[in-house]
Amino acid sequence: MEIKIPIGPQHPALKEPISLRVTVDGEHIKDVDIRLGYNHRGLEKLAEQKNWVQNIYVMERICGICSHSHTTCYVQAVEQIQGLEVPKRGLYIRTLVAELERVHSHLLWLGVAGHETGFDTFFMYTWRDREIVMDILEIISGNRVHYAINSIGGVRRDISEEQKKLILGSLDTLIKRTEYYANIGTIEPTFVARLDGVGPLSKEQATSLCAVGPVLRASGVANDVRKDDPYAVYDELPFEVATATSGDVLGRVIVRVKELLESYKMIEYLLKNIPEGPISVRAPRKIKPGEAISRYEAPRGEDLHYVKSNGGDKPERLKVRAPTLANYPATVVMLKNMFIADIPIIFAAIDPCVCCAERTVQLIDTKRGDKVMRFSELRKMSIDFYKKMDLSKKGNLWKL
Amino acid sequence: METLKDIIFILIYPGLFFLLSYSLFVEWVDRKVYARLQNRYGPLHTGFAGMLQPTADFIKLMFKEDIVPEKADKFMFSALPIFGLAIVATSSLFLPVWHYTAQTSFVSFSGDLIVAVYLLSLATLVLFLAGWHSTSPFATIGGVRVITMLFGYEIPFLLALLGPAILADSWRMMNIAAFYQQTPVLLLVNIIGFFVALISLQAKLERCPFDIPHAETEIVGGTFTEYSGRKLAFFKLMTSIEMVVGSGLIAVVFMGGFPGGFWIGMAHFVVKTTFIVILLAFIRALCSRIRVEQVVTFSWRYLTPIAILQILIVILVKAYIN
Repeated sequence: MEIKIPIGPQHPALKEPISLRVTVDGEHIKDVDIRLGYNHRGLEKLAEQKNWVQNIYVMERICGICSHSHTTCYVQAVEQIQGLEVPKRGLYIRTLVAELERVHSHLLWLGVAGHETGFDTFFMYTWRDREIVMDILEIISGNRVHYAINSIGGVRRDISEEQKKLILGSLDTLIKRTEYYANIGTIEPTFVARLDGVGPLSKEQATSLCAVGPVLRASGVANDVRKDDPYAVYDELPFEVATATSGDVLGRVIVRVKELLESYKMIEYLLKNIPEGPISVRAPRKIKPGEAISRYEAPRGEDLHYVKSNGGDKPERLKVRAPTLANYPATVVMLKNMFIADIPIIFAAIDPCVCCAERTVQLIDTKRGDKVMRFSELRKMSIDFYKKMDLSKKGNLWKL
Repeated sequence: METLKDIIFILIYPGLFFLLSYSLFVEWVDRKVYARLQNRYGPLHTGFAGMLQPTADFIKLMFKEDIVPEKADKFMFSALPIFGLAIVATSSLFLPVWHYTAQTSFVSFSGDLIVAVYLLSLATLVLFLAGWHSTSPFATIGGVRVITMLFGYEIPFLLALLGPAILADSWRMMNIAAFYQQTPVLLLVNIIGFFVALISLQAKLERCPFDIPHAETEIVGGTFTEYSGRKLAFFKLMTSIEMVVGSGLIAVVFMGGFPGGFWIGMAHFVVKTTFIVILLAFIRALCSRIRVEQVVTFSWRYLTPIAILQILIVILVKAYIN
């Protein structure tokens, strides 16, 4: 018997509203339909109304976890249009915060993976240690989540010798604990049984569906913007692109754990080799006319910002392509022929950030043409819709 | 005098009063141990070290709004929580605590071990029916998962309890306990069976790694999705009591029961069942939830053969003793 179960928009497995409409036969998933659009925030339109500096703070609020990713991506595009040369020390600090953010995001993800598979102890432990990296970020920037360290032309805060010592001290604890979690995550039998062979995505599928980030790398494609198209100071850093060949959720865990360990190495290198000098250059209020695309390897994958300037103090157009959006098509393929029990972990394995990825889609009636709808009309429409719906008839309440 | 004893037995110890308060205590132990293993504090503020927290939760849930879904089978939906609570409370009467004599009575007779196990299985069936009669997709899937899991753990559980019974040459819990009280060395023979029974009990209680029927991140509340208020409180209480009875059963069969009179027997009961509950909390903290088909595979590939191995060992030991 095939039944449809609604996973979302409100569901304990999902931290943000998205709707997975899953057709199941017993415990087997037959078909999946992803519906978006529950969390549109109008960010791109908002960005057109703020000036260049204000927009840094708007970009920061696209996502809580990768707040530094979005600002860096935006700032890089603006610097490219203006032709600003950012001082080396500024770039080093920018990269340092970026790598710390990756550590914080991946530790968070490990905890979420534990929670989705019912391994709450793992969740509690990784989130406890995430506090260490958040404290480090607080030492550097003064904030735990929205670091506000970027400015156009550099960074806003310098880093002192005492801070370096503190960070290196906490880093040792983090490395030790991460190695322990890497061990648990890949050896604990019940945990591995839940991850091994779940959500398969072959190399060909991953590339043809344009997956990004750890999902792509877990399928054996060594694709990383930091290596392929280095920005900031990644061309000077010694690091390897973490990959796995299995193409399942276990592979995605391994890729993230490897990336954590690589990030620690990078952070140590950055702290030990940071050059002296200024941390930023002064940027003008108005940016030259022009356009630029900036790429950035966020913890979740490749982040893209397109910025267009018409010479004013506000951007003419700003387009954000968050990494989660690129991973949705692959998710549908991964979910097919799996079990209901695997839905949360497969969906969580792309590290979804729904509200970052939501953009509006306007459907225009071709006969009537474009029409602006007032809020009162919208409200009336929804009331009519529910009045028309006959709840006494079977199947109307859960109509899919 | 005998009548008074019966009334105390049914109402106070180990009857309703003791069962209710002790199951809430056991829930506190479980929560506290689980929390400490996870680097948390657990209940802290209500009563001494949060001891009254489960009671407070229960009372609060009793006052919450009680919703019956429009499409649910109203009679079954409302009757099942009470029925389930009654079943597990009844099964507790068969534990040989203090009120038994050499003659058979209504709570102690040859085969009472099987009756207690049977009543506990019936409680599982109640959970399935509760899910099924809720008619929501999540509850239905949860109900089906309950039954699927039952096929996995029920056989090893019974087989594990069978070993000590064969050695003691009795199906009456009182006799089994008395046998091991005389020769406690023989308890060591059953050590493998003890762990099989412990894991099966964990599955019976639907706790991690077997909390599949109400896996929060997969199917919301599972069997309990549609339940709220008083009915949910009854189900929660039922699970706690089931934990007490299940661990009591294991304590009788594998740990020599509860010798002594009223007070010493009660001390034995509390110490032994709490020990088992702590072990169950350890299992709960150290595993991740497995899939429903993995439960069945696991129990038929590992648990059942191990339980049979245990029985073989018991038979050999018995031949050696005789």
